[in-house]
Amino acid sequence: MTATAPSDPLAWTYAPAPEKVDPGIRERYDLFIGGRFARPSEGLYRKLVNPSTATILCEVAEAGVADVDHAVKAARRAYVKIWSKMPPRERGKYLFRIARLFQERAREMAVAESINGGKPIRESRDIDIPLSVAHFFYYAGWADKLDYAFPGARARALGVCGQIIPWNFPLLMAAWKIAPALATGNTVVLKPAETTPVTVLKLAEIIRDADLPPGVVNIVPGGRPTGQRLVEHPGVDKIAFTGSTAAGKWIMKTLAGTGKKYTLELGGKAANIIFEDAAIDQAVEGIINAIFFNQGHVCCAGSRLLVQEGIAETVIDKLKKRIETLILGDPLDKNTDIGAINSAEQLDKIKKYIQVGGEEGAEMWQPDCPVPEKGYWCRPTLFTNVSQSHRIAQEEIFGPVLTIQTFRTPEEAIDKANNTPYGLSGGVWTDKGAKIFKVTRQMRAGVIWANTFNKFDPSSPFGGYKESGMGREGGWHGLLPYVELETL
Amino acid sequence: MHLLIGICTIFVIMPIAQQSYPGWHPSPPVDQIGVEERVSRLSQRSIKKGSKVHALKLALSMLDLTTLEGSDSPGKVRQLCYKAMHLHDALPDLPHVAALCVYPTLVRVARRELEGSGIKVASVATAFPSGQSSRETKMDEIRYAMQEGADEIDMVISRGAFLRGDHTYVYDEIAEAKSVCAGRTRLKVILETGELGSLDRIRQASDLAMVAGADFIKTSTGKVQPAATMPVTLVMLEAIGDFHRRTGQRCGMKPAGGIRTAKTAVQYLVLLNETLGRDWLTPDLFRIGASTLANDILMQLVKETTGVYQSLDYFSQA
Repeated sequence: MTATAPSDPLAWTYAPAPEKVDPGIRERYDLFIGGRFARPSEGLYRKLVNPSTATILCEVAEAGVADVDHAVKAARRAYVKIWSKMPPRERGKYLFRIARLFQERAREMAVAESINGGKPIRESRDIDIPLSVAHFFYYAGWADKLDYAFPGARARALGVCGQIIPWNFPLLMAAWKIAPALATGNTVVLKPAETTPVTVLKLAEIIRDADLPPGVVNIVPGGRPTGQRLVEHPGVDKIAFTGSTAAGKWIMKTLAGTGKKYTLELGGKAANIIFEDAAIDQAVEGIINAIFFNQGHVCCAGSRLLVQEGIAETVIDKLKKRIETLILGDPLDKNTDIGAINSAEQLDKIKKYIQVGGEEGAEMWQPDCPVPEKGYWCRPTLFTNVSQSHRIAQEEIFGPVLTIQTFRTPEEAIDKANNTPYGLSGGVWTDKGAKIFKVTRQMRAGVIWANTFNKFDPSSPFGGYKESGMGREGGWHGLLPYVELETL
Repeated sequence: MHLLIGICTIFVIMPIAQQSYPGWHPSPPVDQIGVEERVSRLSQRSIKKGSKVHALKLALSMLDLTTLEGSDSPGKVRQLCYKAMHLHDALPDLPHVAALCVYPTLVRVARRELEGSGIKVASVATAFPSGQSSRETKMDEIRYAMQEGADEIDMVISRGAFLRGDHTYVYDEIAEAKSVCAGRTRLKVILETGELGSLDRIRQASDLAMVAGADFIKTSTGKVQPAATMPVTLVMLEAIGDFHRRTGQRCGMKPAGGIRTAKTAVQYLVLLNETLGRDWLTPDLFRIGASTLANDILMQLVKETTGVYQSLDYFSQA
């Protein structure tokens, strides 16, 4: 008798199913200014890392002071000479053309997005790319209908818009920013996040192929200094920013008194409230989608679970079982549910919070799933025994970490949900329609989902209360921050 | 006789009342949109190579090969039995199907043909497929099928009673059938989900059937459209999971009708694997009721072995 572990005859694990489409990632990317790719003035290139392997992916130009200045000037020239004079219908045609070209290259873009950012191909293929394309189509339709969006007023473009986007949804955020700006007649200088500029630069290729007049869209990759120069540049009329609350506060201070308009979409710590009368199995699925979508790198993630006391044990038990079926690994595998953490820096931050949670006395749970040896990975993590005053329940972790608290009455749930400096999103799960209306009316968040979570559509506005930001993106509401209204 | 059945019924109900408090668990509500989203996500699983072969063989071993036509004859059943035992002799290492499912009058024929093969004989009963008959007649039919040699009984519930809210009637009916089966014969309870009208009712009927003693819950007779669907199956699997959490008992699941392709069968197995887990990946706890599925699975298995698809002409129909 040897003590070898018998292989489990019942276990069924899925063979690797990698997506094989060539993402067409170049070895080196330049700046995109005035309709063509240009070398950076300071000659600096940043090496990008594939987060699922921790190996070098490619290198990307770093925009310096002079480059940001060139880009803003190119955008100004394009605005004055071409874009502001073009009939709105023609602007719409360009946007439709970009949308179609983008759609044609959807699979390639999805693969590139997963390689650069670490997100599962299932998400980039089924969510990021289709939604990004949909945003272009949606705002293309608005271009020649602005008179109907603002009856009784004339909507005038602002001029040159400086746009800074985060690393969690590179293409989607680029679409959210570029499409409404162009539809309303503005020109754009956009800075992608320092870790994830690849797909935005691929989008620049599409924009070039669509024959968009040179300078209407300019892309200046770089780190924080590049973003700061863009914000401070006197030639910029408006700043649209998505990112951390700390950076948002700096932008507000910097722009105070300059006359520049701005919209900020910042952090979140959303409460996901599960009532006893909810459809429990579907709510469990909703909890999974709320916090583990994109490894929890989602500003509107449902990172605080508030579950009614009577079903807490059942829900936590089911949640753990469900988490054990999540497949963590290669982002390009079609069966992967949880991909790589975007960067080493972000992984350190998440790990720090997991440690803090333990030190604060919360109880941590992780499944026993295998984790690849190379790259940046974090198992889906639950914390029970969490107090409202714990840092893990107050601060945005931006990773696959869920805190679980219980409540007895709807009032208690609402109090706990609102007791945060953030107010971006929230979720309510109940089978009673009246309860949905009663509870959601008292929650202070810009987006609230009922019996679902993390659903997006170009036609619905998105944005937050309190430290989660100001202004709305998406929908006809998303046109407003890009126009000045004149009464005739 | 009636007295005996009455006593049996009490004995069946007795174990349920073992707890100090009866433990009344109303069925939780079901959100249809949520169920459909979950199913559509699970259907995207990409099952390749070795894991596909494993799944296809598993599906074969879970098959309840079925013929339930008014025109069924002993000859047809004998042919089906032979097919069940020799699925495709060109492929070695194939499992045998789980059972052959026939009408009560053909049980004896099947029994004789399948002797020693390990393949079970399942018989539909209780005025299949409509269930429109008296309680007495239905129980007599179960007894008849058992006498003829059935290992498993596939009964239908009285949908009329269930839909008019008389859950007690349906409960008693199943409990009585269970007592007739007397632990010797496995009882599968067909809910005929296509006639129940909502996922909430399907959940309620599943819970009711399990508490009443079902060894398996089964979606459909195959005579009503829609028959088995993935959303319905997911809801029933979730009910089975909750029943197991509460009682420690494992109830089986049998989607039946409408599963015609190997791809669909694999999707059902994914649903099972990720809802109830590995413990249910066995013919003891999962069956697929189908009449034409086997050859499509065999065709896929041949393709995985040789790399090319053969036409259906190379696979015997019965």
